[in-house]
Amino acid sequence: MPQRQTTIANLTGLHARPAALFAKKAAASGHAITIARAGEAPIDASSILMIMGLGLSHGDDVTLVGDDGSDQILDELVEMLESDLDSVPA
Amino acid sequence: MSALTESLILDGVGVGRGCAVAPVAFVRLAPEAPADEPSPADPDAAVAATQEAFSQVSASLQARADSAEGNLAEVLQATALMAGDASLHADVEKRIREGAGPATAVTAAVAAFAAMFEAAGGYLAERVTDLNSVRDRVVARLLGAEEPGLALTERSIVAALDLSPADTAALDLDLVAGIVTELGGPTGHTAIIAGQLGIPCLVRVAGLSDVPAGTEVAVDAAAGRVITAPPADLKEEFARRAEREAALAGDTEPGATRDGRAVQLLANIGTPADAVRAVAAHAEGVGLFRTEVLFLDATEAPSEEAQSAAYRDAVEALGGRKLVVRTLDAGADKPLAFATQPDEENPALGVRGFRLTRILPELVQTQLDALGTVADESVWAMAPMIATPAEARDFASRAREAGIGTVGVMVEVPAAALRAEAILREVDFVSLGTNDLAQYTMATDRLRGELADLLDLWQPAVLELVRSTAQAGRRLDKPVGVCGESASDPLMALVLVGLGITSLSMSPGALPAVRFAVRQHTVAQCEAIALAALSQDEAGAAREAALALVNADVRDALGL
Repeated sequence: MPQRQTTIANLTGLHARPAALFAKKAAASGHAITIARAGEAPIDASSILMIMGLGLSHGDDVTLVGDDGSDQILDELVEMLESDLDSVPA
Repeated sequence: MSALTESLILDGVGVGRGCAVAPVAFVRLAPEAPADEPSPADPDAAVAATQEAFSQVSASLQARADSAEGNLAEVLQATALMAGDASLHADVEKRIREGAGPATAVTAAVAAFAAMFEAAGGYLAERVTDLNSVRDRVVARLLGAEEPGLALTERSIVAALDLSPADTAALDLDLVAGIVTELGGPTGHTAIIAGQLGIPCLVRVAGLSDVPAGTEVAVDAAAGRVITAPPADLKEEFARRAEREAALAGDTEPGATRDGRAVQLLANIGTPADAVRAVAAHAEGVGLFRTEVLFLDATEAPSEEAQSAAYRDAVEALGGRKLVVRTLDAGADKPLAFATQPDEENPALGVRGFRLTRILPELVQTQLDALGTVADESVWAMAPMIATPAEARDFASRAREAGIGTVGVMVEVPAAALRAEAILREVDFVSLGTNDLAQYTMATDRLRGELADLLDLWQPAVLELVRSTAQAGRRLDKPVGVCGESASDPLMALVLVGLGITSLSMSPGALPAVRFAVRQHTVAQCEAIALAALSQDEAGAAREAALALVNADVRDALGL
């Protein structure tokens, strides 16, 4: 299964607004995607509540895993996590 | 209209001094899942019904998000996604299939996520309010009840257990005669909004929920009381008081004691539009421009140009009157998207105010540069959360380099009050923020309503720190102002003048009463009042001792 590793770039971490942007994108893809902080259990990437509950901070290493054919959406999600989400317009 | 003819008195904590009489209207409470909700006979149908309720709530929140702007739109958008969250739905379904009733399952599933957020603390803990609002709306739909909230049709006293910022924003303020809450604190969000708008307000009113909706009630913020079914003579007295307050507003001369010592009476503002209102209220200038309000809706720090434009608008609105600009006071109860430190366990004691220069130095620098471009001699700048003379020196050199002529710092950390003379050697003036000073002196969270007595601004320990700061100012002949809640209480204003405070900055609605009280007393009388308060051991006794020495006409006219 395709997987990617990256580091949270957003200075304020993945609080409600960036978590919303991320979860919305993951859900809209139709692919089953999980996200896990290094060394922790993976959670559903399309769930804003689970992502907020993970409390990801600036500099945290995460792994994204998708189902078959999810390479493109994984790349897009990685790009999102590596950008300054607080400056993305709502 | 009501069967309740007996007049009851409910005690609370008053905000400001206003009074009003009107029928009481309750903000509709969220219905709760019945304790004995039966297991669903048809679990598939129950699961489908909860899914439908979640989708409807998610859609209605999304519709509200689409028509909202800025920060509110983002909060509503995130809340809509929470309502549509698959993990939440799966948890609800699991609970229903284990035999829970639908409303019970929703309540328990939300509580599980809320517990997770609360355990994380800080920013996430604050999002629990949003999550609970999803629960309230879904449960209301499942039970066939109306959604929580309040739509006013006549001038009313708005009553609630507590009001969230979203609740307050949804009210038609023209129809709000007063606000009364059972919880909340006197420096909380609701109280601050009510104070700014001049709406009579009481918080911590016990027994409020027992008053039948529609009952006429009299709200007396000055006395901290709500009187249900007020007798005719009391209603007349309140009407007279309202008239007197209008008459007081007729004195528009600069503030001074009876024997002529000037006490500058200034306004606290958050936007350039507030500056226009401050001038209309005959303020002699602005003693506190809370610049973070300009930043609150922003997802990134406003540019130097955008900030300059806002500061220029304020300077122009004031037409040469003094403008004291406080640099960004983000953090703690004022989180900003681009400056919030997400991992702080103790945000009130963390990287907030001037301390942000340690991690985001460009934030304050951009602000000072923007201010420098519009600064003439009327513009003063001050930094919040200064604890040491070295910090004061650091800020002063940055501000002067940016071209600001008069620089000062806030005294709100006890360390700064205790070493006020050393701090004042570094700057041109200081301003006491009494709300935070009380919070830090009394080790009491401003947001904890049940500790309101400890946060009482009459606590002698707090007054003592005000006194030592004012004395340091007199020794160095530099201005020492107060821009906290204390300045808006006319009785406290007399104490502050007696302690040697040179300017008082408050919400514009408080100016007439303070102007009147100060004008009726000499400096010597104010000093005696201050001494009487300081010689007490308890907040209540300090206020009583001060009140006993106040001119009887003033006491009557202000209903003290």
